[in-house]
Amino acid sequence: MESSRRHFLTIAGLAALGLGAKPVLNALASGSAGEFTGGVDAFKLKPNDKALKAKQWAMVIDTRKIKQASDLEPMIAACNKIHNIPTFEDKRHEIKWIWEDEYHNVFPTAENKFLNDRVEHIPFLVLCNHCENPPCVRACPTKATFKREVDGIVMMDFHRCIGCRFCMAACPYGSRSFNFTDPRPFIKEVNKEFPTRMKGVVEKCDFCAERIDVGQLPACVEASNGILTFGDLYDPKSNVRELLKSNFTIRRKQSLGTEPCVYYIV
Amino acid sequence: MNDRKYIIAGLVIFIAIFTFPFWYNLGKASPGPDIKLTEKAKAAKQCVMPTEYMRAEHMHLLDIWRHAVVRNSDRTFVNASGKEFTMSLSNTCLDCHSNKAEFCDKCHDYASVRPYCFDCHIDNPKEKK
Repeated sequence: MESSRRHFLTIAGLAALGLGAKPVLNALASGSAGEFTGGVDAFKLKPNDKALKAKQWAMVIDTRKIKQASDLEPMIAACNKIHNIPTFEDKRHEIKWIWEDEYHNVFPTAENKFLNDRVEHIPFLVLCNHCENPPCVRACPTKATFKREVDGIVMMDFHRCIGCRFCMAACPYGSRSFNFTDPRPFIKEVNKEFPTRMKGVVEKCDFCAERIDVGQLPACVEASNGILTFGDLYDPKSNVRELLKSNFTIRRKQSLGTEPCVYYIV
Repeated sequence: MNDRKYIIAGLVIFIAIFTFPFWYNLGKASPGPDIKLTEKAKAAKQCVMPTEYMRAEHMHLLDIWRHAVVRNSDRTFVNASGKEFTMSLSNTCLDCHSNKAEFCDKCHDYASVRPYCFDCHIDNPKEKK
């Protein structure tokens, strides 16, 4: 009798457990099936009708039109303003999307012992080169930075960035900055249409993807007074290609094979 | 067997204390959050999707929007009735729902969730500072 009683209790216990688990299973099943598929809840996603299109966006900077730093200021200011870029007193915290530098820092591999006077003294505008073969994209472990398939812009998905800074080490142009502190208190004038960033995220120039997608040229190009030209590198009739055809241009650290898409007429 | 009365008394006291929060709150269920819509949201009648969907799944929709905008450069959302919207948390959602404190926060506080969307996305585009 002893063993059959034990047997009965085991079966009863298992049955009670099974009955208890059923509502839980039901709840799980209905949860994962999802109640909002198809019917009135169907939707479609598409690009904005006005979006500018290109195979690979590129920029030509005509440095012959640059005389002094004040020529570059409006472009840098326009970018800083629309992208909510903070201003830090401390240089180590600096966030840079577009900035100016001297020839020997911009083109360290193309520096002659005795330089042309003009080139030696004018400021050069530098920004992310939106490389065709971007090393930062290869370094990113989360695919937070990626090359947009539609137009070749090297984009940042700030949501996904974990702040490992591999991309900063990989970028040979120093185009990436890291937010060491919450940038919000350091933004002079907030543009409410563009998000700010948070502490622990890397950021850089995105060729104004948010403007291109609604049919506008990048903010710096608009403010450049003809110094910057923006267009499709693979459209032989584009304004960029016309300039490249008729002028001698150089690119930054070409020998690294990153295929930068920002060209300088010197 | 002599300790039986102590054990039972102890158990009764333990169960009474343990279940105290349940019977103390019995019959006075905490009321759901009282959400206020802005005039603009009221006038629009329906959000980008039916209200029930938005109530339950807005975070899922926002995730779809984020992926579409950032990674696929799709910026326009077309709902079942063919109406088009620009996919943007700051510029579309919060344009209508410009009362974050009385709309978003009410429910988020009630459900005790702390979304960090607003660490970056500016919570009230129309607010004058």
